[in-house]
Amino acid sequence: MTEKHYIQHTINKEEKVISIREVYKSFGDLHVLRGVNLDVYKGENIVVLGRSGTGKSVLIKLLVGLLKQDRGTINVLGQEVSQLKAKELDALRLRVGFSFQNSALYDSMNIRQNLEFPLVMNRKQLTPKEIGLLVDEVLDAVGLKDKKEQLPSDLSGGQRKRIGIARTLILKPEIMLYDEPTSGLDPITSAEINELINEVQERYNTSSIIITHDLTCAKETADRVAMLLDGMFVSVGSFEEVFATQEERIQSFYNYNFTK
Amino acid sequence: MFFTRSRPKRYIFSKGIDDTLIGVYNAYLFVARFFKEAFTKPFHFRVVVDQCFEIGLRSLTLITLTGFVTGVVFTKQSRPSLEVFGAASWLPSLISIALVRALGSLVTALICAGKVGSSIGAELGSMRVTEQIDAMEVSAVNPFKYLVVTRVWATVIAVPILSLYCTTVGLLGSYLNVHTHEDTSFISFMESAFEAISFIDLFTAVAKSVVFGFTIGMIGTYKGFNASQGTRGVGRAANQAVVLSMFLIFIEEIVIVQISNWIKFF
Repeated sequence: MTEKHYIQHTINKEEKVISIREVYKSFGDLHVLRGVNLDVYKGENIVVLGRSGTGKSVLIKLLVGLLKQDRGTINVLGQEVSQLKAKELDALRLRVGFSFQNSALYDSMNIRQNLEFPLVMNRKQLTPKEIGLLVDEVLDAVGLKDKKEQLPSDLSGGQRKRIGIARTLILKPEIMLYDEPTSGLDPITSAEINELINEVQERYNTSSIIITHDLTCAKETADRVAMLLDGMFVSVGSFEEVFATQEERIQSFYNYNFTK
Repeated sequence: MFFTRSRPKRYIFSKGIDDTLIGVYNAYLFVARFFKEAFTKPFHFRVVVDQCFEIGLRSLTLITLTGFVTGVVFTKQSRPSLEVFGAASWLPSLISIALVRALGSLVTALICAGKVGSSIGAELGSMRVTEQIDAMEVSAVNPFKYLVVTRVWATVIAVPILSLYCTTVGLLGSYLNVHTHEDTSFISFMESAFEAISFIDLFTAVAKSVVFGFTIGMIGTYKGFNASQGTRGVGRAANQAVVLSMFLIFIEEIVIVQISNWIKFF
């Protein structure tokens, strides 16, 4: 296992791109998030770790307004998400890329159409030629230039993840949100995805939140790790700092990942 | 333990009644949102046209067959009864009244509810459970406008056209049956068929099909757009889209017939 090796990017600790304060979210009687606080700085990759079902995906869905928190404030790129009107929220969403756990590619469209879709709908001033160039650029970035005319169903899980990331990159977002980018992938493909996440950060100068329960992914991509347990962040820091703790739940999470 | 469970859930009436009332309220909000978004930009004309073709092509074979068989069989079965009264020459009028006033639009709507409604429910349901609708939303595309409004417009446009087509094919089937028994020309058959039809009959038939199309589109998209619980939810969305559409189509048929009779009376 290699530690994060892309260190050329700079983290601007003066500039917060995401600020989450005392956020609570329940679904009926299920209290998923219970007072979450987190800051993400410009140029930073932060990995949110936690077991399945702890509300990690809920947290990033709150950031793009797919869900609404019950209490607390979420500030993304200087805007309070829950206060935004539909048009303002759409404008913010164009600046935030969201890569879904199962890629969520439009299965009635081929790869080219999947990538063109956000541009055709949002960048109406672009000519077909310019759109074609942008599609080629992101396909090149994810290393799948030869798959343009294939359907999502023809691709492997890892390739679908890459195309999912490419579809978000095509709008040149300032923030990337990755929901379980390595789940369901073999170790080699997972390593490739981890490398891609670091490349994206470097090439597009993005800040990222990576949701995962995969410690290898966390170690390879994180500038900081935030450990989500029982609906709260119990530890935030570098990978080594977080797992140097004697906290039993964190230790058992670490041991389960690396000793099994 | 990752989630905290608090007190057991309380219901105002009972789970069933509460769920039904919430369902009705959500459906009302869905329809209201359609009217709010159906007449504002962007319109996605191309998607509407594509969907019209999709709906037309998906149902054309079955509608052709059903319309033709209805015309032939209805004519064949009605002939003996009319011949008893020496009124076989009224056959074209009887068939055209039945097809234009009731059967054409009703048969088309029921076929479309089965073919189109289930397909819309399954397609949108599958998009919902695989997060494709969420993906659209985070790409700053309004999925309601792109997926729901376009499909409802398409059914509102396509179902009346298919309904008129079904009626025409039914009349052709009827003519073929009449022609095998007596030497009636096509023109004289059509003349006597349309003599019995008034403008209000045609208008009601088209209006009825518009309402049926709206119902099929709304129910299919509502069920699909709000699908949950994975592949099981997709199947349920498709099934409920068909059952509920057909149920509402029958109720609407009765109401519209009653209203058109009142209009004729006045």
